[in-house]
Amino acid sequence: MSKNNDSNQFRKVDVDEYDENKFVDDEDNGESQVGPDEAEVDSLIRQGNLMEALQAVLKNPPINTKNQNVKDRAEALMLKVLSAFKSSDIEKAVQSLDKNGVDLLMKYIYKGFEKPSENSSATLLQWHEKALSAGGVGSIVRVLTARKTV
Amino acid sequence: MAYHSFLLEPISCHSWNKDRTQIALCPNNHDVHIYKKDGTKWTKIHELKEHNGQVTGIDWAPESNRIVTCGTDRNAYVWSLKGEVWKPTLVILRINRAARCVSWSPKENKFAVGSGSRLISICYFEQENDWWVCKHIKKPIRSTVLSLDWHPNNVLLAAGSCDFKCRVFSAYIKEVEEKPGPTVWGSKMPFGEGAGGGWVHGVCFSHSGNRLAWTSHDSTVQSDLSVSLSSETLPLLCVSFITENSLVAAGHDCYPVLFVYDGTKGSVTFGGKLDVPKQTSQRGISARERFQNLDRRATSSETTEQGLESLHKNSISQISVLEGGKSKCSTFCTTGMDGGMVTWDVKSLESDLKDLKIV
Repeated sequence: MSKNNDSNQFRKVDVDEYDENKFVDDEDNGESQVGPDEAEVDSLIRQGNLMEALQAVLKNPPINTKNQNVKDRAEALMLKVLSAFKSSDIEKAVQSLDKNGVDLLMKYIYKGFEKPSENSSATLLQWHEKALSAGGVGSIVRVLTARKTV
Repeated sequence: MAYHSFLLEPISCHSWNKDRTQIALCPNNHDVHIYKKDGTKWTKIHELKEHNGQVTGIDWAPESNRIVTCGTDRNAYVWSLKGEVWKPTLVILRINRAARCVSWSPKENKFAVGSGSRLISICYFEQENDWWVCKHIKKPIRSTVLSLDWHPNNVLLAAGSCDFKCRVFSAYIKEVEEKPGPTVWGSKMPFGEGAGGGWVHGVCFSHSGNRLAWTSHDSTVQSDLSVSLSSETLPLLCVSFITENSLVAAGHDCYPVLFVYDGTKGSVTFGGKLDVPKQTSQRGISARERFQNLDRRATSSETTEQGLESLHKNSISQISVLEGGKSKCSTFCTTGMDGGMVTWDVKSLESDLKDLKIV
């Protein structure tokens, strides 16, 4: 095709970008979302008020933002809160969440599974079991089909 | 609740005739088979062979006794019964992808076909040329149209599509009908648009046309463009109103589920799982079995869930109202990927499952 100048640059063109039938998602400006408030959550953990910490960390989820840093920070914060809970308290904490809260918790849990660290998988699995009994398989389906995730 | 196994292959789609004695279904191949009811048995009386691709949608018009079928071969055929034989008439849909669903309008003077070409074809019969002509609805659909349902006024059409939206369009054809009166759906095209998180698998208008419900692949049921219920089940594939306030939906969980719509609170709530409760025999479990269960399943529980407890053994793909219409349905039927068809009786469901209430 480009034999006249031996160039292979055409192979680097992403032809799908130029397809006129390409599905473009509805853009949602998520720049205003900054993720949960770290200072507030940290202080609540230190005080031992874990239920409040859970509610706080579930506020302002960085769903729409494209900033990967915000998402990473939110995930790390979430993991800190989840690991701080005692196993026997997990069920009560999950019961205190509403449906959207359970869905959001599931999203964070699966996000946490993606990057396992030393003890994270064990705690996440315990949370997963309790969240599953609260939200049913539907909540997992929503994690899989969500196009804008934490 | 009668379960009849037609075949081993999935039933792609089905439709009943007016007096519910015959059912037309596609056994996952290029044909349509028509079965007739003989007491409790079903006998195949016709085979409609014309499509070159899998038949994805069948609709049997009750009054005019015509069947319209559409398939992955990008065609639709209208079949009329001439004597003892069904004769097809080709309808040129002008689509370049597979047709996915088809539905006669309430007055049966036109039908709509949803396809993978990101458009809906509204087809009507032109007397002068003696053939079926189609008009396209293209904007603003951006992906495959998976499901269609007509409003009772014969003009509005709800379409659920893979671009995660459910929309209400006007399919008004001036050659065949007069201008319709106003409805609750407003006056701007598209008349309504609801967004969700997943592909919209099933869509249904209520009997009066004032309510619209749809099910989506993210396991939600939504109603009236604003109210949504996240379900705890796997995604639901089909939905139908059985009264003005109750919906039955079914899908990958292999059992139908009841939802109740509350107009005053503007909410949809889960009403109950509709399935025949199985009488499990309680045997004592021996110590050996207990340890075997621990080995195999990591629990020593007694329930042996060897198979599904529901009547259908695979996903339910279509639900149709048999008697009573969408306002006071007394029986409805479901077909699925297990090749079986179940007829559900609403009265006996209400008496069997005690906390069920169908408003």
